[in-house]
Amino acid sequence: MLYLLVAHLAMALGAPALVSVLGRKAFLVMALAPASAAVYALSWTTRVMDGAHPTEVTQWVPGLGLELAFRMDTLSWLMLLLVGGVGALVLVYCSAYFSPTASGLGRFGAVLTAFAGAMVGLVTADDMLLLFVFWELTTVFSYLLIGHYADRKASRRAAMQAIVVTTAGGLAMLVGVVILGVQGGTFRLSEIIAEPPTGGAVTAAIVCILAGAASKSALIPLHFWLPAAMAAPTPVSAYLHAAAMVKAGVYLVARFAPAYSDTTVWRTIVIVLGVGTLLVGGYRALRQHDLKLVLAFGTVSQLGLIILLVGLGTRSAALAGLAMIGAHAMFKASLFLVVGVVDAATGTRDLRRLTGVGRALPLTALAGGLATASMIGLPPLAGYVAKEAALEALLHGEGPGWVDAVVLIGVVVGSMFTVAYGIRFFWGAFATKKHVAAALARANEHVHTDAAAKARAGKGATGEEPAKQVAPLPDDAPIDPARIHRQPLLLVGPALVLALLGLAAALVPHFGEDLLAPYADTYPVGEPGHLVLWAGLTPALGLTVLILGVGALLFWQRNAVERFQASLWTGPEADRTYRRIMRRLDDLAADVTAVTQRGSLPFYLGAILVVLVAGPGLLMLVGGQWPEQVKAWDRPAQLAAVVAICVASILAARSRRRLKAVILVGIAGYGNAMLFLLHGAPDLALTQVLVETITLVVMVLVLRRLPPYFSNRPLAASRWVRLGLGVAVGVVMMGFALTVPLARVASPISLDFPAEAYIHGYGKNIVNVTLVDIRAWDTMGEISVLLVAATGVASLVFLRTRSGEILRERDATSSGAATPGIWANEDDPGAALRRRGVDKEAEAGKQPRMLVWLSAGRTLAPQRRSVIFEVVTRVLFHSMIVFAIFLLFSGHNAPGGGFAAGLVVGVALIVRYLAGGRYELGEAAPVHPGLLLGTGLFLSVGVGLIGLFMGKSVLLSTAIDISLPLVGTVHLVTSLFFDLGVFLVVVGLVLDILRTLGAEIDRQAEASAREDAGPMEAMEPDQIGGGRR
Amino acid sequence: MSSTNHLLAPLLVRAADVDPADVARTTDSIDMTPSLVLVLAIGVLFATGVYLLLERSLTRVLIGFILIGNGANLMFLVAGGRAGGAPLIGTTPTDQMSDPLVQAMVLTAIVITLGLTAFVLAMAYRSWQLHGHDEVQDDLEDRRVARHAARNAPAFEDSDTEESGETLDDEASQVYDETDGDGDGATDTRGERPGEKDAPPSGSAGTPGGEER
Repeated sequence: MLYLLVAHLAMALGAPALVSVLGRKAFLVMALAPASAAVYALSWTTRVMDGAHPTEVTQWVPGLGLELAFRMDTLSWLMLLLVGGVGALVLVYCSAYFSPTASGLGRFGAVLTAFAGAMVGLVTADDMLLLFVFWELTTVFSYLLIGHYADRKASRRAAMQAIVVTTAGGLAMLVGVVILGVQGGTFRLSEIIAEPPTGGAVTAAIVCILAGAASKSALIPLHFWLPAAMAAPTPVSAYLHAAAMVKAGVYLVARFAPAYSDTTVWRTIVIVLGVGTLLVGGYRALRQHDLKLVLAFGTVSQLGLIILLVGLGTRSAALAGLAMIGAHAMFKASLFLVVGVVDAATGTRDLRRLTGVGRALPLTALAGGLATASMIGLPPLAGYVAKEAALEALLHGEGPGWVDAVVLIGVVVGSMFTVAYGIRFFWGAFATKKHVAAALARANEHVHTDAAAKARAGKGATGEEPAKQVAPLPDDAPIDPARIHRQPLLLVGPALVLALLGLAAALVPHFGEDLLAPYADTYPVGEPGHLVLWAGLTPALGLTVLILGVGALLFWQRNAVERFQASLWTGPEADRTYRRIMRRLDDLAADVTAVTQRGSLPFYLGAILVVLVAGPGLLMLVGGQWPEQVKAWDRPAQLAAVVAICVASILAARSRRRLKAVILVGIAGYGNAMLFLLHGAPDLALTQVLVETITLVVMVLVLRRLPPYFSNRPLAASRWVRLGLGVAVGVVMMGFALTVPLARVASPISLDFPAEAYIHGYGKNIVNVTLVDIRAWDTMGEISVLLVAATGVASLVFLRTRSGEILRERDATSSGAATPGIWANEDDPGAALRRRGVDKEAEAGKQPRMLVWLSAGRTLAPQRRSVIFEVVTRVLFHSMIVFAIFLLFSGHNAPGGGFAAGLVVGVALIVRYLAGGRYELGEAAPVHPGLLLGTGLFLSVGVGLIGLFMGKSVLLSTAIDISLPLVGTVHLVTSLFFDLGVFLVVVGLVLDILRTLGAEIDRQAEASAREDAGPMEAMEPDQIGGGRR
Repeated sequence: MSSTNHLLAPLLVRAADVDPADVARTTDSIDMTPSLVLVLAIGVLFATGVYLLLERSLTRVLIGFILIGNGANLMFLVAGGRAGGAPLIGTTPTDQMSDPLVQAMVLTAIVITLGLTAFVLAMAYRSWQLHGHDEVQDDLEDRRVARHAARNAPAFEDSDTEESGETLDDEASQVYDETDGDGDGATDTRGERPGEKDAPPSGSAGTPGGEER
């Protein structure tokens, strides 16, 4: 059975290609997929009859207990045969139905074939979760098929409505399935049915599952989506909305009925929904003018009847229900296909416009006649056999007398409706109607005069179908039967085959009984029923005669019936109720959004913080364990650092000047570093000092472009709120700091770290070994974040491309002497003095007499240069790089490591940049930061894999001994390379920050200054892209 | 060991210079008594940080975030227990070390804060470039939704929720398939009314996100 699914999937995937090669004939190839399902079912016929139930189980997700379990018993066999057989015929029909130039046929064929596959899976799945997956797949494919004409509003809306309704039901069903599976201890359908769990929860599960079935099979009050779904192409209506998908709900009810049909809640729901749907559908079908809508409401009605029969719980009713499933699939699919033929031939489905179609399309009329006769229950057709069995079963019900009576009356009345709308359908589609013919004659006269006028004017009309081409027909103009074209046999054939099958099946009712009885016998109560063509003069036959008589009467008096229906108020229409509910839902969503999503960042943050105070804060007060003793400090020097931190942070919060705030926050950061050191964390202190330095410089670099003061906002009231919240959060966090340490219940894992680090990580600096080995996954994630942050910074400032060129000193000197130099936005007090020296040289274009300290120093504005700074930088830079390398290599055993080393290099680069400007930065690091970031991450990950190759787990350190001359044996640990990767990423991050927040902002500032001040030719449009608007 | 005094000494792990027994676990607990000065620093850092975080100027938000980050890092220290010696084997006896695990966590946090600082700074700069200030404005779309909700107007046009008009099954009866009933190889034209075949509206101005279904 798995192979069937694979075949459908492959065919669906190949469908677009097939259509593009073969055109609409590709549907004939696609028909092979469902045909194979039907053939498979047929090949098992005798064995299934004998009680063999082929089962296939393939493990899917063993950890979750999910398995691809398939099983075919009689019910599955019947459904598989219908799904496959009708599917194949519908696909054949498609190959002649659609115009060769119709749009989207590839997609349509693919989705329809995939749908057939989903149905095959649905009816054979033995795992309830698997069944649910296929169930939802049919919903999705149905959505795509109903909305096939995506450019039409009606199609889109109908598709949306169908998917909303059926998905809601599907979710309810999922809940039911899960409850049932948990209660029963298994998700196997066959095991649940064999030993059904019971209890209150199971009752709820039954209700949920029935809700799913009701939504899928369009039972009241959810029936409205099915008529709307008639916006789908007619073959889809024939397949999904008559034979296959709507039967999924029936299948589900039939599947669970042997286990649960004896419970009160089941019986109540099935009887109320079944009878109600039967009556509502039939009643509404009586006054439809669109042939498809007549059939759609008829389908709703019939689905109610079938659900009633298979859900009632007696064996005879179940047998009648199964027979009805088969008969209905044949006659209803056939009728839809017939409508399609009429529609294609005449261009309309409005029965008020059709006349004389039967004579024009005799074969189609034959198919339609047979199918209609089967639907209304005329012998000798399958519908008659099934309905006789149903009446017989209902006459001998097993329930309380009055319930049986109500059900019987309901079914009899519903069947009368069926007869009436059945005849109405056939009459509407094929009969020659006097008044329509008369209207036609009048219209023809009009058209002929019109055509004559046109013919005189020019040869516009070709004579073929002049009515359509000369003047647009009014909506209610009748169709001239003389102009109806014969339709190809490929189009009429499938409908005829289905109709004739209905006849053939009825002629051998015993065979059908033998086939279906095994499943009906699994029902708990009642005498086994029988399928016969002639049972003698029984009460059931009397009822049939009564039904046919009253039904014919209803048809005969159809105008009176229509008038009566129009005058009768029938309660709120389901469709409008649905829309009203959707409208309320929209309103509710808007209200909720308006309340929760205020669009204010402080509000969101405030909400989060309030939750922090009110939730965990209160919890701490209630259940927190407060320490019995506290100490003032670990070391007295901590007090000094804490005082510095407190003063600095409070002043920073009060500051109205950006620069002041930034410097104060830097002081607080250095205070933190002091605390780290005093706590016994030299690595942290080192890192914090370096980071704090870089942060300070970078912030100053950006802040030079921002206004010096924070804007004064009239926020007096909200300031107190913020202050209050801030204090509250601070107090709560202090409480956490006091209670959290005592929350430990196990001994700290870090007690084992020394041994782990030394023996397995080969290092003595435990923090560093933790970073590169014990918790290396964390570090890997973290450097990935750094990479993302660096990329984000670059993309925010560079805008066009993050790469940009690497600025080198030679670019600056070649790009024009007219520029005043970098950072020239201040007066130059020494300009007059300098004139004879440097400027003269520059004017003469000579090389400087001696080597400069920094090669790009000349690109700076003269007033920005500092010889001392340049000298110091020159001397210091290389020492810093060496120090960084030392830190990198010694980090495994002493304070240091990749992070600290990278940050030291970062500081060195900052110094170069500050001393020599952006071109100096390019000289210092003539490499693209992206390259550093990428190489670093690659190195870390690659080293992680080495452990894998050595037969250990990923990122585990491995020691390699290398003999080097002079040095001796070097004990090399692979985690050093991991640290090297970290180092490169950090260097890349700092370089990226400098290039963007330093160099690029410089460039943009200069560009906009030139733009403000200067002549237009100074502008370089592509460079000012990021400039101020 | 001969290499002990070597220039490259720190680079090399000398497998034998520490007895493995010295690094073995000697205790089952760490003194968890909190020290009040750290608790005080945590409180002040969080309070001032939150106060700034709730501002609208991105610079102040960023400063607040950095302060909160500092406070959180101190919280880690407190959670790790008492102060101690540097967690370096051979320098500090194992039972006197400060907790190395929290240090590793805080170390990554410090560097991440640097990345985040740079990112927010870039945002502030960009905001200044575009708007001339670095303040976070209210989201206009959210305000629009709120205004609509306040006067109970539909948030967007959606014909699925119109209570008037044709029912969907009436509309469905006017959808015709692309068939070829006259056998001429071309799709028949039906008496389609102008409104019947409509392309989905392309997000018209004023109703973003209101794609009609």
